[in-house]
Amino acid sequence: MKPAADSAPRRGAEIVDKAQHPLREMVVIFLANRAAMVASIVLSIVVLAAIFGPMLHPVDPFEMVWAPFTPPGQDGFVLGTDYLGRDMLAALLNGGRVSLTIGLVAALMSVFIGISFGALAGFYRGLVEEVLMRITEFFQVLPTLLFSMVIVALFGASLEVVTIAIGVVSWTAVARITRAEFLRIRELEYVTASRAAGASNVTLMTRVILPNALPPIIVQAALMVGSAILFEAGLAFLGLSDPNVVSWGQIIGSNRPYILDAGFTVTIPGLAIFVTVLSISLIGDGLNDALNPKLRAR
Amino acid sequence: MTNSPSTAPLLDVRNLSVQFTTRGGTVTVLDDISFTLERGERISFVGESGCGKSMTALALMGLLPAMGRVSGGQVLFKGEDLTTASPARLRRLRGNEISMIFQEPMTSLNPVFTIGQQISEVLRLHRGVDNAEARDRSVELLQAVRIPDAAARVDDYPHQLSGGQRQRVMIAIALACEPEILIADEPTTALDVTVQAEIFALLRDLGAKLDTAIILITHDMGAVAQMSERMLVMYAGRRVEEGQVANVIKAPAHPYTRGLIACVPHITSDVGALVDTLPEIDGIVPPITRFGRDECLFAPRCAKAADECWSAKPQQSDIAGHSSHSVSCWHPFGTEGSR
Amino acid sequence: MNFLRQTAVRLGYAIALLLAVVVLNFVLIHIAPGDIADTIAGDMGGATEEVMAKIRADYGLDKPFIVQLGLYMGNVVRFDFGYSFFFNTPVTSLIAERLPATLLLVFSAQLLALVVGVVLGVISAQRPNGMLSHFVTLLALFGYSAPVFWTGIMLLIGLSLMLPLFPVAGMVDARLMDAPMWRQYLDVLHHLLLPALTLASIFLALYSRLCRASMLEVLGADYIRTARAKGLTEREIVYKHALKNSLGPVVTLAGLQFSAVVSGAVLVETVFSWPGLGTLALQSILARDTPTILGILFFSALVVIVGNLLTDLVLRLIDPRIRSGGG
Repeated sequence: MKPAADSAPRRGAEIVDKAQHPLREMVVIFLANRAAMVASIVLSIVVLAAIFGPMLHPVDPFEMVWAPFTPPGQDGFVLGTDYLGRDMLAALLNGGRVSLTIGLVAALMSVFIGISFGALAGFYRGLVEEVLMRITEFFQVLPTLLFSMVIVALFGASLEVVTIAIGVVSWTAVARITRAEFLRIRELEYVTASRAAGASNVTLMTRVILPNALPPIIVQAALMVGSAILFEAGLAFLGLSDPNVVSWGQIIGSNRPYILDAGFTVTIPGLAIFVTVLSISLIGDGLNDALNPKLRAR
Repeated sequence: MTNSPSTAPLLDVRNLSVQFTTRGGTVTVLDDISFTLERGERISFVGESGCGKSMTALALMGLLPAMGRVSGGQVLFKGEDLTTASPARLRRLRGNEISMIFQEPMTSLNPVFTIGQQISEVLRLHRGVDNAEARDRSVELLQAVRIPDAAARVDDYPHQLSGGQRQRVMIAIALACEPEILIADEPTTALDVTVQAEIFALLRDLGAKLDTAIILITHDMGAVAQMSERMLVMYAGRRVEEGQVANVIKAPAHPYTRGLIACVPHITSDVGALVDTLPEIDGIVPPITRFGRDECLFAPRCAKAADECWSAKPQQSDIAGHSSHSVSCWHPFGTEGSR
Repeated sequence: MNFLRQTAVRLGYAIALLLAVVVLNFVLIHIAPGDIADTIAGDMGGATEEVMAKIRADYGLDKPFIVQLGLYMGNVVRFDFGYSFFFNTPVTSLIAERLPATLLLVFSAQLLALVVGVVLGVISAQRPNGMLSHFVTLLALFGYSAPVFWTGIMLLIGLSLMLPLFPVAGMVDARLMDAPMWRQYLDVLHHLLLPALTLASIFLALYSRLCRASMLEVLGADYIRTARAKGLTEREIVYKHALKNSLGPVVTLAGLQFSAVVSGAVLVETVFSWPGLGTLALQSILARDTPTILGILFFSALVVIVGNLLTDLVLRLIDPRIRSGGG
């Protein structure tokens, strides 16, 4: 550490952290989150079971195959049978397909609508923003479940209608977040620079601002898949989902009168929903930690 | 530094050391700090950010962050060692006999209570006065810190006041119980230059009236000259020089002090004089993990660094001819020992 | 006065929202295929075209859409929501009968969630890595992820069927009709507990987590450092200085959640057979009872709006910066 006796004063040692690539940093933080990792594994199992399960266990969930209320594990039925003697495992696997699909598609729809509203409002400001925000507040005030119930009741309970009914009412959170991010980012210098370089409004919105606005939107989108699944379960529980398909909420709803005789018919599908949504929530939390570090300048 | 043996100083800090326990290990933040403070005296702690001057103040008040602790030394306040005092005892002293004001007046007041309530709080807490009397005292204090129309403003909320006014409220709170010591941690750094002079004037006047000793923590040499009689220069958690302000500024003994003063060219000469280049001190402060080592921490930046500077921590030595001027350097500037 | 003007603006705005709700629903219902005449015809086991036409004329369904809308809006303003074909009662009295039960459920669930949530949040913020804090995180995840109707059923099985601690259904015990008032109140509370707890479980999770985060942020603020420098005890610092500043975000969130609470109430009412608007909604939706559906949508939106207004009021009480519109 000692310099030569007559050397010029040394510069202080400068310790500079090797700059980490931001994407790599995000992945590292996410992977370090044990809960999120376990949740990812669990969710993967659920998804795989939903995709391949019905193929590997090709039992019709609507077919009466045995005596009603057979407890799980008895007579070769892993999860027992319901009040009509239908196979619970088949119901669960097929129901998974429906619940997950509706959840995903509805969430995507909501995200799309929400981003559109939020981006336009946050970018153009003025009258456009006023109008769009009023519409957003309107949908915020509307009790979402009731409204979806009305839509389903009016237009029929098919998979498509149910999905649309959910997607069309759940977008307000995404819109709010998107607008907030757009308001924040549009003031930043690189946006002004792009504008000065002649970028059109559309380019600015989609290529410059939106990619930088994505982190909190992604987190919200992940959480919305969970809430869409819960939403569908609620509708199905009330008997308002597609009667031609099995979904987890529907199993609970139809078996509800019999909880005294066979609690498992209600508990098991509920657990399925719970585990799935819990995993999604944990992943969402993990994404939040990874994508929205506190260090980010506000 | 000599004390008359019959009167012990108000505050006697002896070999105070503070360590932080972090995930990466233990770090020495303050290394062997010693100084005394007499009643009514005004002293400044000077140094760059991170040199430990604020930490010294927090250590005195017992307000070190959770990961910090006093690892050595004593803080004798009127003979009582505060480093071994109970939390309850420290709480009774804070705001009462030792007060502190901070750098950020904009955020140092609670937004949901009126300024009157926040002043009254400290009066009720330490003096046990009732609401009505506390309120009257609050108005008086606001007048003392020169807030216009005090009787009306006592029910204002902090957000209704400007930065300078909020800092005055902070001073009112700090001086409400007529403390023996007021610690001011960079009180004007966040304020306009014009407001700075007023705040300093206020602190000097009130301090003199209440016979309150003032410890000013600052990185601004101009503030030092305005506010204090003695100054203590800190570097990398250590005390490097101490003495009367006039002496230290006229004849700085430590290379670092010399550098600091050179950075303010007009402090000893003409404000309007043209300067070709802005002087600076080469290099940067060593990382905090190097603090506390048995070597001179300034050596990497020092033109006079020699072998002994790299192998042992400098000892304190008095400067002959200047009363109570001391320096911690192997080769200080001055009449003897310089190269 | 600024405050009065702000309130007037808000009220006017709320009314406009409500009317927009009405219009939207009216439009939707009339876009959809089929109408009340079909339902009635179905009940009758089939009807001829003329009969259907007569039914439609009777109920004013043959008039142009705009006229129908205008008539309806005019009635709404006079608090006349029409007549329920299905229940054979004026909609207003149907709703008046059911609304109090829903109000009771919604507001007690929110209150329960807020109070418990804030308490848990404050305590766990003081020890962010302690047992209670982890428990709060777990509770948050569970409450949020479990379908509310399933939670209700589980609670029913556990606390009403297996352990007969709580009633299984309904709001009141009919046998207590002649009992003294205080006994009747207690009875309602007894019936209320499980449904309110179920509904609160979702939001308790959210509020406690937010309160903890808010408290942690506040505890790091400069003015808390000032409070410490004054010599205040930890207790005073947390409960006097920090708490009031932390409540803002939590109350704001609670306000935003009212619509979700009302939605959840529909499911909870179904599970517990709670005689509120939720159970009425399901029945009338299945029966295509248009006037009732519109009435319910109107009043549930009203509940949400009232909830929002109350939240705003509470926020003004807590944070003086909002009062003078400054910051």
